[in-house]
Amino acid sequence: MAKVIVVTSGKGGVGKTTSSASFATGLAMRGNKTVVIDFDVGLRNLDLIMGCERRVVYDFVNVLNQEASLKQALIKDKRCDNLYILPASQTRDKDALTEEGVERILNELKEDFDYIVCDSPAGIEKGAQMALFFADEALVVTNPEVSSVRDSDRILGILAAKSKRAIEGHEPIKEHLVITRYMPKRVDLGEMLSVEDVKELLSIPLLGVIPESESVLSASNSGVPVIHDDNSPSGQAYEDLVGRFMGEDIPMRFLDVEKVGLLKRIFGT
Amino acid sequence: MQTDVKESGQVYKHQNTAVELKGSVFTLPILQLRSTSIQEVDYELSKRLTKALQFFQNAPVVIDLQALHKTEDELDFSALLRVLSKQALIPVGVRNGTSQQNALALSSGLAVLKGGAAQDIPEVTAVAGQGVQKPREEKPEKPIPTLVQSAKTKVINSPVRSGQQIYATNADLIVTAPVNPGAEIIADGNIHVYAPMRGRALAGVRGDSNARIFCQNMEAELVAIAGNFRVFEESVPVNIKSQAVQIFLDGEHLVISPLK
Repeated sequence: MAKVIVVTSGKGGVGKTTSSASFATGLAMRGNKTVVIDFDVGLRNLDLIMGCERRVVYDFVNVLNQEASLKQALIKDKRCDNLYILPASQTRDKDALTEEGVERILNELKEDFDYIVCDSPAGIEKGAQMALFFADEALVVTNPEVSSVRDSDRILGILAAKSKRAIEGHEPIKEHLVITRYMPKRVDLGEMLSVEDVKELLSIPLLGVIPESESVLSASNSGVPVIHDDNSPSGQAYEDLVGRFMGEDIPMRFLDVEKVGLLKRIFGT
Repeated sequence: MQTDVKESGQVYKHQNTAVELKGSVFTLPILQLRSTSIQEVDYELSKRLTKALQFFQNAPVVIDLQALHKTEDELDFSALLRVLSKQALIPVGVRNGTSQQNALALSSGLAVLKGGAAQDIPEVTAVAGQGVQKPREEKPEKPIPTLVQSAKTKVINSPVRSGQQIYATNADLIVTAPVNPGAEIIADGNIHVYAPMRGRALAGVRGDSNARIFCQNMEAELVAIAGNFRVFEESVPVNIKSQAVQIFLDGEHLVISPLK
Protein backbone atom coordinates (compact mmCIF):
# COMPACT_ATOMS: atom_id res chain seq x y z
CA MET A 1 0.00 0.00 0.00
CA ALA A 2 1.37 3.39 -1.01
CA LYS A 3 2.24 5.79 1.77
CA VAL A 4 1.47 9.49 1.69
CA ILE A 5 4.10 11.54 3.53
CA VAL A 6 3.73 15.27 4.08
CA VAL A 7 6.80 17.48 4.59
CA THR A 8 5.55 20.42 6.63
CA SER A 9 6.73 23.05 9.13
CA GLY A 10 4.37 25.99 9.56
CA LYS A 11 7.18 28.50 9.19
CA GLY A 12 8.65 29.38 5.81
CA GLY A 13 12.27 29.13 4.79
CA VAL A 14 13.19 26.30 7.15
CA GLY A 15 13.98 23.79 4.41
CA LYS A 16 10.76 22.00 3.52
CA THR A 17 11.38 21.93 -0.21
CA THR A 18 15.08 21.07 0.19
CA SER A 19 14.06 18.25 2.54
CA SER A 20 11.25 17.06 0.24
CA ALA A 21 13.62 16.91 -2.74
CA SER A 22 16.37 15.02 -0.91
CA PHE A 23 13.97 12.74 0.98
CA ALA A 24 12.08 11.75 -2.19
CA THR A 25 15.37 11.25 -4.06
CA GLY A 26 16.70 9.10 -1.21
CA LEU A 27 13.59 6.91 -1.22
CA ALA A 28 13.84 6.50 -4.99
CA MET A 29 17.57 5.66 -4.85
CA ARG A 30 16.69 2.80 -2.52
CA GLY A 31 14.47 1.35 -5.21
CA ASN A 32 11.10 2.73 -4.12
CA LYS A 33 8.87 4.17 -6.79
CA THR A 34 8.38 7.70 -5.50
CA VAL A 35 6.53 10.84 -6.57
CA VAL A 36 6.99 14.24 -4.99
CA ILE A 37 4.16 16.79 -5.30
CA ASP A 38 4.61 20.55 -4.92
CA PHE A 39 1.57 21.86 -3.00
CA ASP A 40 2.85 25.44 -3.02
CA VAL A 41 0.47 26.54 -5.75
CA GLY A 42 1.43 29.98 -7.01
CA LEU A 43 5.01 29.88 -5.73
CA ARG A 44 6.45 26.78 -7.30
CA ASN A 45 10.00 26.01 -6.18
CA LEU A 46 10.34 22.24 -6.10
CA ASP A 47 10.95 22.00 -9.84
CA LEU A 48 13.88 24.44 -9.46
CA ILE A 49 15.45 22.43 -6.64
CA MET A 50 14.95 19.25 -8.65
CA GLY A 51 16.37 20.93 -11.77
CA CYS A 52 13.40 20.26 -14.01
CA GLU A 53 11.84 23.73 -14.27
CA ARG A 54 12.20 23.89 -18.06
CA ARG A 55 10.37 20.63 -18.52
CA VAL A 56 7.20 21.77 -16.76
CA VAL A 57 4.38 21.79 -19.31
CA TYR A 58 1.35 20.69 -17.33
CA ASP A 59 1.10 21.07 -13.57
CA PHE A 60 -0.79 19.91 -10.48
CA VAL A 61 -3.66 22.37 -11.03
CA ASN A 62 -4.09 21.26 -14.66
CA VAL A 63 -4.54 17.69 -13.40
CA LEU A 64 -6.90 18.85 -10.63
CA ASN A 65 -9.04 20.66 -13.21
CA GLN A 66 -8.81 17.65 -15.55
CA GLU A 67 -7.16 19.73 -18.24
CA ALA A 68 -4.32 17.23 -18.40
CA SER A 69 -3.78 13.63 -17.36
CA LEU A 70 -1.41 12.64 -14.58
CA LYS A 71 0.78 10.95 -17.14
CA GLN A 72 1.18 14.23 -19.04
CA ALA A 73 1.98 16.24 -15.94
CA LEU A 74 4.40 13.88 -14.16
CA ILE A 75 8.04 14.71 -14.88
CA LYS A 76 10.55 11.90 -14.70
CA ASP A 77 13.68 12.81 -12.76
CA LYS A 78 16.76 12.81 -14.94
CA ARG A 79 19.01 11.21 -12.31
CA CYS A 80 16.73 8.64 -10.68
CA ASP A 81 14.66 6.09 -12.55
CA ASN A 82 12.11 5.65 -9.80
CA LEU A 83 11.45 9.32 -9.13
CA TYR A 84 8.72 11.56 -10.57
CA ILE A 85 7.82 15.17 -9.86
CA LEU A 86 4.36 16.73 -10.00
CA PRO A 87 5.06 20.48 -10.14
CA ALA A 88 2.86 23.25 -8.77
CA SER A 89 1.22 25.87 -10.91
CA GLN A 90 2.93 29.23 -11.15
CA THR A 91 -0.13 31.15 -12.28
CA ARG A 92 -3.00 29.84 -10.17
CA ASP A 93 -3.69 30.29 -6.48
CA LYS A 94 -4.45 27.90 -3.64
CA ASP A 95 -8.22 28.03 -4.19
CA ALA A 96 -7.64 25.60 -7.04
CA LEU A 97 -6.93 22.90 -4.43
CA THR A 98 -10.10 21.00 -3.53
CA GLU A 99 -10.40 18.06 -1.19
CA GLU A 100 -12.11 15.89 -3.82
CA GLY A 101 -9.58 16.81 -6.51
CA VAL A 102 -6.54 16.14 -4.31
CA GLU A 103 -8.01 12.85 -3.11
CA ARG A 104 -8.69 11.72 -6.68
CA ILE A 105 -5.09 12.44 -7.73
CA LEU A 106 -3.61 10.78 -4.64
CA ASN A 107 -5.73 7.68 -5.19
CA GLU A 108 -4.59 7.50 -8.80
CA LEU A 109 -0.95 7.88 -7.75
CA LYS A 110 -1.31 5.21 -5.06
CA GLU A 111 -1.88 2.61 -7.77
CA ASP A 112 1.58 3.17 -9.27
CA PHE A 113 3.80 4.47 -6.50
CA ASP A 114 5.23 3.23 -3.19
CA TYR A 115 5.71 6.69 -1.67
CA ILE A 116 3.91 9.97 -2.33
CA VAL A 117 5.81 12.90 -0.81
CA CYS A 118 3.76 16.11 -0.42
CA ASP A 119 5.85 19.28 -0.19
CA SER A 120 3.69 21.64 1.88
CA PRO A 121 3.67 25.41 1.51
CA ALA A 122 4.44 27.54 4.58
CA GLY A 123 1.64 28.74 6.81
CA ILE A 124 -1.49 26.99 8.01
CA GLU A 125 -3.84 28.08 5.25
CA LYS A 126 -5.57 25.96 2.65
CA GLY A 127 -2.47 24.84 0.74
CA ALA A 128 -0.81 23.56 3.89
CA GLN A 129 -4.03 21.94 5.13
CA MET A 130 -4.56 20.16 1.80
CA ALA A 131 -0.95 18.92 1.79
CA LEU A 132 -1.35 17.30 5.19
CA PHE A 133 -5.00 16.24 5.03
CA PHE A 134 -4.50 12.82 3.44
CA ALA A 135 -1.10 12.09 5.02
CA ASP A 136 -0.18 8.77 6.64
CA GLU A 137 3.13 10.10 7.99
CA ALA A 138 4.60 13.56 8.45
CA LEU A 139 8.11 14.97 8.43
CA VAL A 140 7.97 18.09 10.58
CA VAL A 141 10.88 20.30 9.53
CA THR A 142 12.15 22.64 12.24
CA ASN A 143 15.06 25.04 12.62
CA PRO A 144 16.64 25.19 16.08
CA GLU A 145 15.09 28.54 16.99
CA VAL A 146 12.01 29.40 19.02
CA SER A 147 9.67 30.78 16.36
CA SER A 148 10.23 27.80 14.09
CA VAL A 149 9.64 25.40 16.98
CA ARG A 150 6.46 27.27 17.95
CA ASP A 151 5.11 27.03 14.39
CA SER A 152 5.97 23.34 14.17
CA ASP A 153 4.10 22.82 17.43
CA ARG A 154 1.09 24.52 15.86
CA ILE A 155 1.33 22.28 12.78
CA LEU A 156 1.54 19.19 15.01
CA GLY A 157 -1.70 20.34 16.63
CA ILE A 158 -3.32 20.63 13.22
CA LEU A 159 -2.03 17.17 12.19
CA ALA A 160 -3.63 15.77 15.33
CA ALA A 161 -6.94 17.58 14.86
CA LYS A 162 -7.66 18.44 11.24
CA SER A 163 -6.18 15.61 9.17
CA LYS A 164 -8.39 12.97 7.56
CA ARG A 165 -7.05 10.35 9.95
CA ALA A 166 -7.91 12.55 12.95
CA ILE A 167 -11.38 13.46 11.70
CA GLU A 168 -12.30 9.89 10.83
CA GLY A 169 -10.81 8.56 14.06
CA HIS A 170 -8.20 6.30 12.43
CA GLU A 171 -4.72 5.67 13.78
CA PRO A 172 -3.04 9.10 14.07
CA ILE A 173 -0.47 10.36 11.55
CA LYS A 174 3.02 9.06 12.35
CA GLU A 175 5.12 12.15 13.11
CA HIS A 176 8.87 12.50 12.54
CA LEU A 177 11.03 15.40 13.63
CA VAL A 178 13.60 16.74 11.16
CA ILE A 179 15.89 19.49 12.46
CA THR A 180 17.58 21.45 9.67
CA ARG A 181 20.21 24.20 9.50
CA TYR A 182 21.78 22.87 12.71
CA MET A 183 25.02 24.51 13.82
CA PRO A 184 26.69 22.68 16.75
CA LYS A 185 29.08 25.58 17.26
CA ARG A 186 26.28 28.06 17.89
CA VAL A 187 24.50 25.55 20.11
CA ASP A 188 27.66 25.33 22.24
CA LEU A 189 27.71 29.12 22.47
CA GLY A 190 24.10 29.07 23.64
CA GLU A 191 22.91 31.00 20.58
CA MET A 192 20.86 28.16 19.15
CA LEU A 193 18.46 25.63 20.63
CA SER A 194 19.98 22.18 21.02
CA VAL A 195 18.54 18.99 19.56
CA GLU A 196 17.47 18.04 23.09
CA ASP A 197 15.65 21.37 23.59
CA VAL A 198 13.69 20.95 20.37
CA LYS A 199 12.90 17.29 21.07
CA GLU A 200 11.73 18.20 24.57
CA LEU A 201 9.41 20.93 23.33
CA LEU A 202 7.85 19.06 20.44
CA SER A 203 7.83 15.61 22.07
CA ILE A 204 7.91 13.58 18.84
CA PRO A 205 10.59 11.09 17.70
CA LEU A 206 13.65 12.53 15.94
CA LEU A 207 14.28 11.24 12.42
CA GLY A 208 17.30 13.31 11.48
CA VAL A 209 19.42 16.39 12.07
CA ILE A 210 20.71 18.17 8.96
CA PRO A 211 23.73 20.41 9.64
CA GLU A 212 23.89 23.87 8.06
CA SER A 213 26.13 23.62 5.04
CA GLU A 214 27.11 25.75 2.08
CA SER A 215 26.52 22.79 -0.17
CA VAL A 216 22.74 23.11 0.37
CA LEU A 217 22.67 26.54 -1.28
CA SER A 218 24.87 25.54 -4.20
CA ALA A 219 22.86 22.34 -4.67
CA SER A 220 19.63 24.36 -4.79
CA ASN A 221 21.05 26.81 -7.27
CA SER A 222 22.29 24.10 -9.57
CA GLY A 223 19.05 22.11 -9.33
CA VAL A 224 20.59 18.96 -7.87
CA PRO A 225 19.11 17.71 -4.56
CA VAL A 226 21.86 17.87 -1.93
CA ILE A 227 21.53 14.16 -1.17
CA HIS A 228 23.43 13.50 -4.44
CA ASP A 229 26.47 15.32 -2.97
CA ASP A 230 28.34 12.55 -1.13
CA ASN A 231 30.97 14.97 0.18
CA SER A 232 28.47 17.26 1.85
CA PRO A 233 27.62 16.68 5.52
CA SER A 234 24.04 17.75 4.71
CA GLY A 235 23.82 15.25 1.87
CA GLN A 236 25.12 12.48 4.16
CA ALA A 237 22.68 13.50 6.88
CA TYR A 238 19.74 13.20 4.43
CA GLU A 239 21.08 9.81 3.36
CA ASP A 240 21.05 8.70 7.03
CA LEU A 241 17.57 10.16 7.50
CA VAL A 242 16.13 8.15 4.62
CA GLY A 243 17.80 5.01 5.99
CA ARG A 244 16.21 5.58 9.40
CA PHE A 245 12.85 6.17 7.76
CA MET A 246 13.20 2.79 6.05
CA GLY A 247 13.78 1.23 9.45
CA GLU A 248 17.59 1.02 9.57
CA ASP A 249 19.38 1.72 12.82
CA ILE A 250 21.74 4.58 12.01
CA PRO A 251 23.29 6.73 14.79
CA MET A 252 22.92 10.52 14.56
CA ARG A 253 25.91 12.38 13.13
CA PHE A 254 27.01 16.03 12.94
CA LEU A 255 25.66 16.86 16.39
CA ASP A 256 28.98 17.96 17.85
CA VAL A 257 31.51 20.61 16.91
CA GLU A 258 33.96 19.15 14.42
CA LYS A 259 37.41 18.63 15.90
CA VAL A 260 39.98 20.41 13.80
CA GLY A 261 42.98 18.15 13.25
CA LEU A 262 46.57 19.27 13.63
CA LEU A 263 47.35 19.13 9.91
CA LYS A 264 44.22 21.02 9.05
CA ARG A 265 45.11 23.62 11.63
CA ILE A 266 48.56 24.09 10.12
CA PHE A 267 47.70 23.96 6.45
CA GLY A 268 44.15 25.29 6.59
CA THR A 269 41.42 23.69 4.49
CA MET B 1 -22.86 33.92 42.18
CA GLN B 2 -23.76 30.35 42.81
CA THR B 3 -24.56 27.51 40.59
CA ASP B 4 -27.64 25.47 41.21
CA VAL B 5 -29.50 22.68 39.54
CA LYS B 6 -33.17 22.95 38.72
CA GLU B 7 -34.91 19.74 38.20
CA SER B 8 -38.23 18.52 36.98
CA GLY B 9 -38.81 14.92 36.22
CA GLN B 10 -42.27 14.88 34.69
CA VAL B 11 -43.00 14.56 31.02
CA TYR B 12 -46.29 15.59 29.48
CA LYS B 13 -46.53 13.98 26.13
CA HIS B 14 -49.25 13.88 23.54
CA GLN B 15 -48.97 12.36 20.11
CA ASN B 16 -49.67 14.45 17.02
CA THR B 17 -49.86 17.85 18.66
CA ALA B 18 -48.18 21.09 17.73
CA VAL B 19 -46.30 21.28 21.02
CA GLU B 20 -44.88 18.85 23.48
CA LEU B 21 -44.13 19.61 27.10
CA LYS B 22 -41.06 17.98 28.52
CA GLY B 23 -39.01 18.36 31.63
CA SER B 24 -35.29 18.90 31.56
CA VAL B 25 -32.43 19.73 33.88
CA PHE B 26 -30.52 22.99 33.57
CA THR B 27 -27.68 24.50 35.50
CA LEU B 28 -28.39 28.18 36.09
CA PRO B 29 -26.24 30.79 37.74
CA ILE B 30 -27.88 32.42 40.78
CA LEU B 31 -27.55 36.12 41.37
CA GLN B 32 -27.82 36.80 45.09
CA LEU B 33 -29.09 40.31 45.65
CA ARG B 34 -27.82 41.86 48.83
CA SER B 35 -28.85 45.42 48.24
CA THR B 36 -31.90 47.18 46.87
CA SER B 37 -29.68 49.98 45.58
CA ILE B 38 -29.64 49.45 41.84
CA GLN B 39 -26.53 51.61 41.56
CA GLU B 40 -24.59 49.36 43.92
CA VAL B 41 -25.80 46.26 42.08
CA ASP B 42 -24.77 47.77 38.76
CA TYR B 43 -21.31 48.69 40.04
CA GLU B 44 -20.67 45.30 41.62
CA LEU B 45 -21.91 43.43 38.56
CA SER B 46 -19.73 45.37 36.13
CA LYS B 47 -16.74 44.75 38.39
CA ARG B 48 -17.32 41.01 38.63
CA LEU B 49 -18.40 40.34 35.08
CA THR B 50 -15.39 42.00 33.48
CA LYS B 51 -13.27 39.61 35.48
CA ALA B 52 -15.34 36.60 34.49
CA LEU B 53 -13.95 36.78 30.94
CA GLN B 54 -17.29 37.05 29.15
CA PHE B 55 -18.45 33.69 30.39
CA PHE B 56 -21.71 35.23 31.55
CA GLN B 57 -22.40 36.76 28.15
CA ASN B 58 -26.13 36.21 27.54
CA ALA B 59 -26.35 33.80 30.45
CA PRO B 60 -29.78 33.12 31.96
CA VAL B 61 -29.79 33.96 35.70
CA VAL B 62 -32.10 33.40 38.63
CA ILE B 63 -32.34 36.25 41.14
CA ASP B 64 -32.20 35.14 44.76
CA LEU B 65 -34.02 37.56 47.06
CA GLN B 66 -33.37 35.77 50.37
CA ALA B 67 -30.96 38.42 51.62
CA LEU B 68 -33.45 41.22 51.01
CA HIS B 69 -36.11 39.93 53.44
CA LYS B 70 -35.07 42.20 56.25
CA THR B 71 -34.89 45.41 54.25
CA GLU B 72 -37.81 47.73 54.24
CA ASP B 73 -36.92 49.27 50.88
CA GLU B 74 -38.82 48.11 47.91
CA LEU B 75 -36.87 46.63 45.04
CA ASP B 76 -37.32 48.43 41.73
CA PHE B 77 -37.66 45.43 39.40
CA SER B 78 -37.78 47.38 36.15
CA ALA B 79 -34.55 49.21 37.03
CA LEU B 80 -32.94 45.91 38.02
CA LEU B 81 -33.95 44.30 34.72
CA ARG B 82 -32.43 47.22 32.83
CA VAL B 83 -29.13 46.80 34.68
CA LEU B 84 -29.07 43.06 34.03
CA SER B 85 -29.80 43.48 30.35
CA LYS B 86 -27.05 46.10 30.15
CA GLN B 87 -24.67 43.42 31.48
CA ALA B 88 -25.97 40.98 28.85
CA LEU B 89 -27.61 38.77 31.47
CA ILE B 90 -31.03 37.24 30.83
CA PRO B 91 -33.06 37.06 34.07
CA VAL B 92 -35.50 34.14 33.97
CA GLY B 93 -36.97 34.20 37.45
CA VAL B 94 -36.70 34.92 41.16
CA ARG B 95 -36.56 32.70 44.19
CA ASN B 96 -36.82 33.05 47.96
CA GLY B 97 -38.77 36.31 47.61
CA THR B 98 -41.47 37.59 49.97
CA SER B 99 -45.04 37.34 48.64
CA GLN B 100 -44.89 41.03 47.80
CA GLN B 101 -41.58 40.66 45.92
CA ASN B 102 -42.93 37.61 44.10
CA ALA B 103 -45.97 39.54 42.96
CA LEU B 104 -43.76 42.36 41.67
CA ALA B 105 -41.50 39.86 39.90
CA LEU B 106 -44.47 38.21 38.22
CA SER B 107 -45.76 41.55 36.99
CA SER B 108 -42.30 42.27 35.54
CA GLY B 109 -42.48 39.06 33.53
CA LEU B 110 -40.21 36.94 35.75
CA ALA B 111 -41.07 33.43 36.89
CA VAL B 112 -41.22 32.61 40.60
CA LEU B 113 -39.11 29.52 41.18
CA LYS B 114 -39.67 27.34 44.21
CA GLY B 115 -36.09 27.23 45.44
CA GLY B 116 -36.14 23.83 47.09
CA ALA B 117 -32.57 23.20 46.04
CA ALA B 118 -31.47 26.03 48.29
CA GLN B 119 -31.47 23.50 51.10
CA ASP B 120 -28.45 21.87 49.48
CA ILE B 121 -26.29 24.90 50.01
CA PRO B 122 -24.22 24.42 53.19
CA GLU B 123 -24.72 28.00 54.31
CA VAL B 124 -28.47 27.52 54.43
CA THR B 125 -28.21 24.18 56.18
CA ALA B 126 -26.19 25.88 58.88
CA VAL B 127 -29.04 28.19 59.79
CA ALA B 128 -31.78 25.61 59.22
CA GLY B 129 -31.82 24.70 62.91
CA GLN B 130 -32.85 28.20 63.76
CA GLY B 131 -35.81 27.98 61.41
CA VAL B 132 -35.71 28.33 57.67
CA GLN B 133 -38.06 31.30 57.76
CA LYS B 134 -35.52 33.41 59.57
CA PRO B 135 -33.60 35.70 57.22
CA ARG B 136 -30.05 34.55 56.69
CA GLU B 137 -27.30 36.46 58.44
CA GLU B 138 -25.01 38.44 56.18
CA LYS B 139 -21.47 37.12 56.27
CA PRO B 140 -19.68 39.23 53.71
CA GLU B 141 -16.24 38.32 55.11
CA LYS B 142 -16.58 34.61 54.38
CA PRO B 143 -16.26 33.26 50.87
CA ILE B 144 -19.56 32.10 49.44
CA PRO B 145 -19.62 28.30 49.34
CA THR B 146 -20.04 27.20 45.78
CA LEU B 147 -21.92 24.17 44.61
CA VAL B 148 -19.77 22.86 41.77
CA GLN B 149 -21.04 19.89 39.85
CA SER B 150 -17.69 18.31 38.95
CA ALA B 151 -19.09 14.89 38.38
CA LYS B 152 -16.64 14.19 35.59
CA THR B 153 -12.98 14.88 35.08
CA LYS B 154 -11.55 15.53 31.66
CA VAL B 155 -8.26 13.73 31.05
CA ILE B 156 -5.88 14.67 28.22
CA ASN B 157 -3.00 12.29 27.50
CA SER B 158 -1.45 13.88 24.40
CA PRO B 159 0.53 17.13 24.19
CA VAL B 160 -1.54 20.32 24.11
CA ARG B 161 0.12 22.33 21.38
CA SER B 162 0.40 25.98 20.42
CA GLY B 163 -2.97 27.28 19.24
CA GLN B 164 -4.96 24.49 20.85
CA GLN B 165 -7.51 25.14 23.56
CA ILE B 166 -8.94 22.54 25.92
CA TYR B 167 -11.99 23.41 28.02
CA ALA B 168 -13.34 21.13 30.75
CA THR B 169 -16.96 22.21 31.19
CA ASN B 170 -18.23 21.75 34.75
CA ALA B 171 -15.28 19.52 35.49
CA ASP B 172 -11.69 19.23 36.58
CA LEU B 173 -8.99 18.92 33.93
CA ILE B 174 -6.03 16.57 34.14
CA VAL B 175 -3.27 16.76 31.53
CA THR B 176 -0.55 14.11 31.59
CA ALA B 177 1.44 15.45 28.60
CA PRO B 178 3.22 18.77 28.04
CA VAL B 179 1.18 21.95 27.61
CA ASN B 180 3.27 23.96 25.16
CA PRO B 181 3.70 27.74 24.81
CA GLY B 182 0.67 29.28 23.13
CA ALA B 183 -1.68 26.50 24.27
CA GLU B 184 -4.59 27.20 26.62
CA ILE B 185 -6.14 24.84 29.15
CA ILE B 186 -9.33 25.97 30.83
CA ALA B 187 -11.58 24.34 33.43
CA ASP B 188 -14.61 25.22 35.49
CA GLY B 189 -12.95 23.21 38.25
CA ASN B 190 -9.33 22.44 39.15
CA ILE B 191 -6.45 21.88 36.74
CA HIS B 192 -3.68 19.31 37.16
CA VAL B 193 -0.69 19.09 34.81
CA TYR B 194 1.67 16.15 35.27
CA ALA B 195 4.21 17.31 32.67
CA PRO B 196 5.86 20.64 31.79
CA MET B 197 3.26 23.44 31.93
CA ARG B 198 4.44 26.07 29.45
CA GLY B 199 1.17 27.51 28.18
CA ARG B 200 -1.78 29.19 29.87
CA ALA B 201 -3.91 27.63 32.58
CA LEU B 202 -7.26 29.10 33.69
CA ALA B 203 -9.12 27.34 36.49
CA GLY B 204 -12.53 28.14 37.96
CA VAL B 205 -13.40 30.27 34.96
CA ARG B 206 -17.06 30.41 35.90
CA GLY B 207 -16.25 32.05 39.18
CA ASP B 208 -15.24 29.14 41.43
CA SER B 209 -12.67 30.89 43.61
CA ASN B 210 -11.88 27.61 45.39
CA ALA B 211 -10.46 26.11 42.21
CA ARG B 212 -6.74 25.36 42.19
CA ILE B 213 -4.04 24.70 39.64
CA PHE B 214 -1.45 21.99 40.28
CA CYS B 215 1.64 21.85 38.06
CA GLN B 216 4.41 19.29 38.27
CA ASN B 217 6.74 21.50 36.27
CA MET B 218 5.82 25.17 36.38
CA GLU B 219 6.85 27.22 33.34
CA ALA B 220 3.49 28.80 32.53
CA GLU B 221 2.92 31.97 30.51
CA LEU B 222 -0.22 32.82 32.45
CA VAL B 223 -2.24 31.35 35.30
CA ALA B 224 -5.72 32.43 36.39
CA ILE B 225 -8.25 31.40 39.00
CA ALA B 226 -11.82 32.76 38.85
CA GLY B 227 -10.67 35.66 36.70
CA ASN B 228 -7.71 36.66 38.88
CA PHE B 229 -4.70 36.17 36.67
CA ARG B 230 -0.98 36.59 36.60
CA VAL B 231 1.13 36.90 33.46
CA PHE B 232 4.75 35.76 33.46
CA GLU B 233 6.06 38.08 30.83
CA GLU B 234 9.69 37.05 30.86
CA SER B 235 9.70 33.78 32.72
CA VAL B 236 8.32 32.45 35.98
CA PRO B 237 10.35 33.52 39.05
CA VAL B 238 13.49 31.47 39.61
CA ASN B 239 12.31 30.04 42.93
CA ILE B 240 9.32 28.30 41.33
CA LYS B 241 10.60 27.75 37.78
CA SER B 242 10.35 24.11 36.77
CA GLN B 243 9.15 23.30 40.30
CA ALA B 244 6.04 21.46 41.40
CA VAL B 245 3.59 24.12 42.59
CA GLN B 246 -0.01 24.70 43.49
CA ILE B 247 -1.82 27.92 42.72
CA PHE B 248 -4.85 29.12 44.66
CA LEU B 249 -6.73 32.26 45.59
CA ASP B 250 -6.31 33.95 48.95
CA GLY B 251 -9.05 36.57 48.76
CA GLU B 252 -8.24 38.33 45.52
CA HIS B 253 -4.58 37.44 45.75
CA LEU B 254 -3.17 34.67 43.62
CA VAL B 255 -0.80 32.49 45.64
CA ILE B 256 1.79 30.25 43.99
CA SER B 257 3.33 27.92 46.50
CA PRO B 258 5.82 25.09 45.99
CA LEU B 259 4.57 21.57 46.65
CA LYS B 260 6.98 19.90 48.99
